[in-house]
Amino acid sequence: MSAHTDIHATAHAHAHDDHDAKAPRTYILVLLALLCLTFITVSASYIQWGSGMINVIVALTIATIKASLVALFFMHLLHDRAMNGIILIASFVFLGIFLISCYTDAVTRDDIQPANLKVKPAAVAPSKVPAATPPGEHH
Amino acid sequence: MSDTIAVIPKEPEVTEHHDHPEGLQHHFATFEQQMDASKIGMWLFLATEILLFGGLFVGFGLMQSKHLEAFVLAHHHLDKNLGFLNTVVLLVSSFTMVMAVHCAKTEQRRKTLVYLLCTLACAAIFLCVKYFEYSHKFHEGLLPGHFYSHKGDTVPDQFVFFSFYFMMTGLHGFHILGGMVAITWVFLKAKAGQFNREYYTPIDMVGLYWHLVDLIWIYLFPLLYLIS
Repeated sequence: MSAHTDIHATAHAHAHDDHDAKAPRTYILVLLALLCLTFITVSASYIQWGSGMINVIVALTIATIKASLVALFFMHLLHDRAMNGIILIASFVFLGIFLISCYTDAVTRDDIQPANLKVKPAAVAPSKVPAATPPGEHH
Repeated sequence: MSDTIAVIPKEPEVTEHHDHPEGLQHHFATFEQQMDASKIGMWLFLATEILLFGGLFVGFGLMQSKHLEAFVLAHHHLDKNLGFLNTVVLLVSSFTMVMAVHCAKTEQRRKTLVYLLCTLACAAIFLCVKYFEYSHKFHEGLLPGHFYSHKGDTVPDQFVFFSFYFMMTGLHGFHILGGMVAITWVFLKAKAGQFNREYYTPIDMVGLYWHLVDLIWIYLFPLLYLIS
């Protein structure tokens, strides 16, 4: 039993040393990938894709790839305990719930206007006001 | 009868501080356990940071969909090149930070200090560029809320964009400042030779925080500067 643990421990230590020796090389490659992706995302922003939605999707996809590279390599999640990664993913899941519930609320409601807006939108564009009878005249 | 009474073995005398290596706290069995405990705590903190910025991102998305034209016009006031420069600076600083952690782990004290100084320098460059961007906007009256005084707008409500711009980049800027303080702290620790193969928790935790600040900028940059 003890011999087995010793062998295991040695193998573990070797794996660690091996990982340590290769780490700077990995970090440089990750940095280069991040810089390339930054260059690509800036270049892509000058292209008119026809729909603005495609620009958003391209930019956010590249940002997510970059963020994953940072999390996996710079934040060591690739070689770390799974729990830390689960915490990160959980925070994004909850952010997603927050985002989706806010969006579904916003798209199923009337216009949101800041409370301190000086000129009320109805005064700017009266044609936009629905042709409903004002509450006072309703009978 | 008396032989049924169990003889309680006398416990070894417990001293206040039994022997444990420097850096390993009394209540942890091993360095690995200590490191894992710190890491989980740090990741929980980072999760709260993501949700803090997440609220602003959600608000930004909602307001953008409501004031699309104003947001598109407003974002043209931002300089893509300066944003790009700052992104590169932050990515490089993340690299120097992870190298500093690596060098602390492999007991290369001098290199650790050099990489930490590089990270601090990058952070300072980032804040300098931010200062020039901000002063340009102050000069043009591109300010949040009722401070907005830019003349000649064709589309109203552009102040909403700048409210989010200053709130998000400002909060991020304060995180950079906090990170600089934390990096200075681990720099002093590294200088005193407190890190070794077994114990490098503080520098690793500050590294995680620094990468998160970088990660948030990775999303801020395209959303504020690029999307039209």
